Amino acid sequence: MRLAVVGAGAVGRSVVDLASEYGHEVVAVADSSSAVVADGKGDRDAGVDPDAVVARKTERGIVGDDDPADALAADYDALVEATPTTLGDAEPGFSHVRTALERDRHAVLANKGPVAERFGDLRSLLNDSDGEIRFEATVGGAIPAVSTVEDIEPGHVTAVRGVLNGTANFILTRMAAEGLDYDHVLAEAQDLGVAEADPSFDVDGTDAALKCVILANVLSFGAADDPADAREFTLDDADVSGIRDVPGSALRLAAEDGRTVRLIGEATGETVRVAPRLVPENGTLAVSGTQNIVQIETTHAGRLNISGRGAGGPETASAVLGDVGRLE
Amino acid sequence: MPDRTADGDLRNVARRDGGGFRRGGGGVSDARDGVPEEEADGEDVTPDGGGHASTAPSTHTVRLELADEPGQLLAALHPIADNGGNLLSIYHERGNKTPRGRIPVEVDFEATPERFEGIVEALRTEGVNVMQAGTERYAEEVTILLFGHLIDTDLSDSLSRIEACESASVADVSLAAPQGTEESSSARLRLEARAGETEAALAAVRELADEKKLRLVEPLTGVEA
Repeated sequence: MRLAVVGAGAVGRSVVDLASEYGHEVVAVADSSSAVVADGKGDRDAGVDPDAVVARKTERGIVGDDDPADALAADYDALVEATPTTLGDAEPGFSHVRTALERDRHAVLANKGPVAERFGDLRSLLNDSDGEIRFEATVGGAIPAVSTVEDIEPGHVTAVRGVLNGTANFILTRMAAEGLDYDHVLAEAQDLGVAEADPSFDVDGTDAALKCVILANVLSFGAADDPADAREFTLDDADVSGIRDVPGSALRLAAEDGRTVRLIGEATGETVRVAPRLVPENGTLAVSGTQNIVQIETTHAGRLNISGRGAGGPETASAVLGDVGRLE
Repeated sequence: MPDRTADGDLRNVARRDGGGFRRGGGGVSDARDGVPEEEADGEDVTPDGGGHASTAPSTHTVRLELADEPGQLLAALHPIADNGGNLLSIYHERGNKTPRGRIPVEVDFEATPERFEGIVEALRTEGVNVMQAGTERYAEEVTILLFGHLIDTDLSDSLSRIEACESASVADVSLAAPQGTEESSSARLRLEARAGETEAALAAVRELADEKKLRLVEPLTGVEA
């Protein structure tokens, strides 16, 4: 497939880098201010040169000398939307996806905003388009959460829960293991690059909640006979509390009793909830460090657990490229 | 249950049997705890003890809640005796009050399983409030964490409020206040809930936490086998 990659952060760059390994060709790359569109000339195939894109982004802060709009207008089969997640109107990601669908092209999202905040609007666009959307990379990084739910069929999935934020999980794991307080461990996580300078999105549960909202939309729309009857979820529908104020003493009390605390997200077709929860210390959901786990409750297939890396450039890119493969 | 003081900053408070209703070290409770075991052993001596057991009389404990008025205790004992229960002991906790301001009474008696059901039914028909019958009351256990200004917001009141919720009883409390009583502290509570009422018990704790601006960490119930 011919891909246009919008967003040149860790995920976008990894998609550009790995696409050829999966048999795809990148014909355009854009970041917020620049773009490079393959002209089909020269001794290479029609695609852009991944190494040159990464080099320009690193050295000059741009991906090429073209305009971002040129990338959206390029001759691609699928648009990869990998710009940073934004809330509310989910722009500019939503418009990028709309442009692709209006051109009857596919869109593959790594950006959570459009699927979490405007799922209904996306469904409307899909009704008038020959294109499809896929968004495996928005939930649990490398973990095939969305496609597993789709394979089981949303009507046969009663709930999806799990640890969906590696930063929060790293902090809780270290607090419990070292008997340290939140602030201390957060500073350590920031030094290691596990937490961002402003960690709010992760530690306040927003990121995990967006993932659960996306899963709730998949469950709700997937189980409804008529999509018009399906309930649409946004972040506002989620009951969210984070880990910022969990004291070290609470983790010690939990450990004394063979338990620990994890930031657990839960989604059904009716509710979305993210909160620190007590779980058995050696239980399935008590994954360590930055690991994620997705647990799927089914009506006929029991409980499924999939754990793995929930973030990272190549990991998330593998989910993006898996989606591209499903569109072929 | 680890009623131990693991760290210098941990203070453990153990509560049993609904906090105030502690079984005193009196002779009554000793007799009750000892005698039934011997009798149970006696039953097992019969050659086909297995098949026999379902109809054999066994010891039951019911916990009743009586108004503090003359004649109430006697009125509560009649349905037991009249329906084939063999009274073993009565523990009348006059010093304690239930959350509704009544007197808790524990009655031990022997009865066959069928008669036991009839007795509980007769007690309820007579208008006696049966708080606990056999193992019925606390079928589910749930552990939670609370943190925040537990001490400033009157921990003992918080525990009483949970007790007052009819769905659950506080079985055990461990408190950690590493920064002293002025600062934020944590508590681990083990609640015993009636069968099927764990969610109602958690809802009551949620409401309490909300009101006192405490943070509650709930367990993931019904998930881990």
